[in-house]
Amino acid sequence: MRLNHQPNIADPDGFYEELITSQRDLSDEQAELMNAKLVLILANQIGDRATLTEALQLARPRSRQA
Amino acid sequence: MLNTYSYPEFPYRQSPEQKNGVVRRHPVVVIGAGPIGLTAALDLSARGLPVVVLDDNNTVSVGSRAVCYAKRPLEIWNRLGVARPMVERGVSWKVGKVFFRDQLAYSFDLLPEPQHRMPAMINLQQYYLEEELVAACTRRANVDLRWKHKLLNLTQDNDCARLTVETRDGVFHMEADWVVACDGANSDTRRMVGAEFTGQFFQDRFLIADVVMKAAFPTERWFWFDPPFHPNQSVLLHKQADSVWRIDFQLGWDADPEEEKKPEKVIPRIQAMLGDKAEFELEWVSVYQFACRRIKEFRAGRVLFAGDAAHQVSPFGARGANTGVQDIDNLAWKLALVHSGAAPIELLDTYHEERAFAADDNLKNSTRSTDFITPKSRSSRRYRDAVLELAETEVFARPLVNSGRLSTPTPYLESSLNTPDASAFAGQMKPGTHCADAPMNRKGQSGWLLEQLGEGFTILTVGEPPRHQTIRVGGVAARLLRVGVDIDDSEGVITTRYDLQPGTTYLIRPDQHVAARWRSFDADKIAAALRHSLGMSIETALEPACA
Repeated sequence: MRLNHQPNIADPDGFYEELITSQRDLSDEQAELMNAKLVLILANQIGDRATLTEALQLARPRSRQA
Repeated sequence: MLNTYSYPEFPYRQSPEQKNGVVRRHPVVVIGAGPIGLTAALDLSARGLPVVVLDDNNTVSVGSRAVCYAKRPLEIWNRLGVARPMVERGVSWKVGKVFFRDQLAYSFDLLPEPQHRMPAMINLQQYYLEEELVAACTRRANVDLRWKHKLLNLTQDNDCARLTVETRDGVFHMEADWVVACDGANSDTRRMVGAEFTGQFFQDRFLIADVVMKAAFPTERWFWFDPPFHPNQSVLLHKQADSVWRIDFQLGWDADPEEEKKPEKVIPRIQAMLGDKAEFELEWVSVYQFACRRIKEFRAGRVLFAGDAAHQVSPFGARGANTGVQDIDNLAWKLALVHSGAAPIELLDTYHEERAFAADDNLKNSTRSTDFITPKSRSSRRYRDAVLELAETEVFARPLVNSGRLSTPTPYLESSLNTPDASAFAGQMKPGTHCADAPMNRKGQSGWLLEQLGEGFTILTVGEPPRHQTIRVGGVAARLLRVGVDIDDSEGVITTRYDLQPGTTYLIRPDQHVAARWRSFDADKIAAALRHSLGMSIETALEPACA
């Protein structure tokens, strides 16, 4: 399994709306905790270690060098 | 401030009915001579109804308002014979670029599909657009434009709507079979019928600056999230006619609208964006905020609401005027057929059904864009920034970037006027969908399919039908348009877009929407679908409407 870089979410605008709405009434702390849980839930769904490593690297702050 | 435009002043004339003190009954009175009301006058009069338009002002839209007009409204205006000067004067564009901080996050093309008569989008100042519409209305013998006529009161009963109207010559009364209310987001008519108009207000303010400049920017829509020249907020840049550029700065809820409008405040913002050496002059400055809401029922007895009077959206996506024009496209043929008695009153209720469905789709899209552009919480701001940062390199993140989903028509896929497919079809032309344009040839002359569809119902079929006959329901006949006989599919595009095979037949509504389609020509089925799309099978009793 390799990290999928192509669009793969059905109805992206609907998904994004649901994501944002799901946190609407949460405090910042609650939202952060929810985000961490979400990462773990989705990581478990993926399972493959190499893919997860690739995803972690992609998500890290990139060195913004002009 | 500079003025590239001088406002026309349309003459007030006292109407004979006011002068003579005789109350007259009119088939249709349109309230409001903005883009939607004027389009209503053109469409209804083209369908044979004399129209009176009342407007409390006597000029075109003042200042900078609607800018972008999309392909489908242009197709509607083309049907009404007014699109050409708009397209000629307007600035056509199709590429949009989205920047995050100082980087290009991604770009999009609105119309990757060629072979359409109309461009994907034009930018044109609303006053130019209204000028063309006013001129077209003036050329119509059955459109009566009455400037400086203010509607004071409206009541209605089973017989008609009664209007109380004020002019400089005093107050007089009119009667109307139907009233089309196109008097904008603050519609007085809506208040007069006591209609509910609810939704969400957004706590944010935006500055519009229209500037005149000779700029090197390409003719594209540029949108910045959190740019270095306007940190933490968004900026939108659009080109209009006459080298006028629209710049839209997000200010935040705490901004003072009066303060922000002052040139000494606006000019530094623009200089920060364009550089100190940029030469420009201010044409128009205003500060706005917005809401997303819609009227509960588009029809209140004899009053039909259209445009902003019926629904108000955020400006992201150019969904305001564009949707309003499509309201009229939907309403005009129905009102004309109901008024003449050729269709039952139930047909008019499908105006609410179809356009409320479209309005909800527009509201959903414009609310989503607004939530992306102006995140309401720290967490949603993080997600927004994460999407934008990823989008620079990651293709997967780009569909999530939302700087406004630009207006496209909402197909009426669930409409009670549709006859469902009985056979398989490929492509987009499902019942309830607006017809795609395509190049064609007629008698050796190249042209466009939509221009061949005419004013009424059309049966588009491939080849010669088994028996040559007119299909008619009561007073409504459907005109036959044969591909390969009347018109040639010169470039094969009609075949592809409509998935045509020998015998394939479409029934097309007067507003150029697919009502039904089949793999063979069956006169009985076509007649049944025509009855259905006239609203005749919505109620079992076929009572024609009183004219």
